[in-house]
Amino acid sequence: MSGEAKAAISKEVLWGGGRSPFSVSYGKMMMWYFLVSDALTFGGLLIAYAFWRASSVDPWPIGEQVFRSMPGLEGEFPLAYVALMTFILIVSSVTMVLAVEAGHRNDRSGVLKWMGLTVVGGLIFLGSQAWEWSHFIHGSGGCFNLAKEVSITNPDGESMTLLAGQRVYMDHHFGHLMEMHLNDPVSVPMTQDGGHVVLTELGEHPHEAHLHALRVNKYIENETIVEGDEMMKLWNARSENFAFGAPIPGLGADWGGINHSEYATQQGFSNFFFFITGFHGFHVFSGVVINLVVFLMVLNRVMERRKHYEMVEKVGLYWHFVDLVWVFVFTFFYLI
Amino acid sequence: MERDDLIVNDSYALNAHHSEEEGVAIRKKIYMVTAILSVITAIEVGMGVMFKRSETFTWTAIKWTFIVLTLFKAGYIVMSFMHLGDERKNLRNAVILPYFVFILYLIFIAITEGLAHYGMDLKFH
Repeated sequence: MSGEAKAAISKEVLWGGGRSPFSVSYGKMMMWYFLVSDALTFGGLLIAYAFWRASSVDPWPIGEQVFRSMPGLEGEFPLAYVALMTFILIVSSVTMVLAVEAGHRNDRSGVLKWMGLTVVGGLIFLGSQAWEWSHFIHGSGGCFNLAKEVSITNPDGESMTLLAGQRVYMDHHFGHLMEMHLNDPVSVPMTQDGGHVVLTELGEHPHEAHLHALRVNKYIENETIVEGDEMMKLWNARSENFAFGAPIPGLGADWGGINHSEYATQQGFSNFFFFITGFHGFHVFSGVVINLVVFLMVLNRVMERRKHYEMVEKVGLYWHFVDLVWVFVFTFFYLI
Repeated sequence: MERDDLIVNDSYALNAHHSEEEGVAIRKKIYMVTAILSVITAIEVGMGVMFKRSETFTWTAIKWTFIVLTLFKAGYIVMSFMHLGDERKNLRNAVILPYFVFILYLIFIAITEGLAHYGMDLKFH
């Protein structure tokens, strides 16, 4: 797909003025220059993330432990949903390059088909990201800090000492009822029944949430599930400091504890996650809009009048760049 | 307004055409690269699920494997999908060289200084 670039030109002609020394049009060259500067912006953001992470004493949450849910499914699927998102974005990059190829053959219906599919892929990706953000903000059960030091025996029979202030994680159902209970302690009574705790939400349709297990080190190394009497030791040592998800300051819950985010003591993890995936998501959104505009131009036969489909190639460059950035975000946020 | 840049533009863009036969070969290459990218992603996800972060040498090796695989993927996207590999060498250098000049140094200095600022998160969280 080189076009003019493969044409043999003598040095004198190439640099003699009156033509592009890169053998590309003004628009395409400027798209490349824009992408160079945009890539440096993303590079700067990822490097700032590296700086913050390297300077952090608090263990940095492990991406695949944080993102382990699938929409509409119970259970744990580490990395599965984000892998699906990555695959969708790669496939939409493929449909884009096929649209460019069809444009080079002046195949209008081919361009429409592949660009249409690219837009659909972009929209699915944006929807997935919205779901993931929502899940990340709400959290999966929340945690409390221990008020005092506790020694327990873990499921492997080894004894563990947990210091005051350490985070202990509740499960999804119980945590969410607990979140409401903190708002409204009267209508949600709590009872203890042997080795587990029951929260009952009263009202027209009372429903219960049972706490059978607590987790320690949930998003970091050595995650451990604690049950039975050992769990009750942890539960009885809880403090008033709860954290649920990653609430955005000024929006939704703010428990006034020392830690506002269930993922880490430092705010850096959520901040960088929101900023970098948000900035990337904004690029995906604008890519979808520009793709739609070019799609409509093709539909109105603008490219047929121009006798070339270079506009598809230029928006294609932008779209591949969005995919390229995601490849790096995926590695540095989710894998490492 | 009359655009005076379009005449030259069109002469470059009009040369960017290929025949049906060339199209078949190009599409074959596109599907090859698709397969490569999918396989690399699958390997990354598989490794991500299999290995947990730890303070061991294995994890360091895996971390570097992730970075190398990512650079492979990035290379295929830029060189093949964005067909920078088909452009003239001077455009290729104008796009890629800034990263070797700036980004490598920035990565080095950010991680070095980050480690020197160890503990900053507890002061400013």
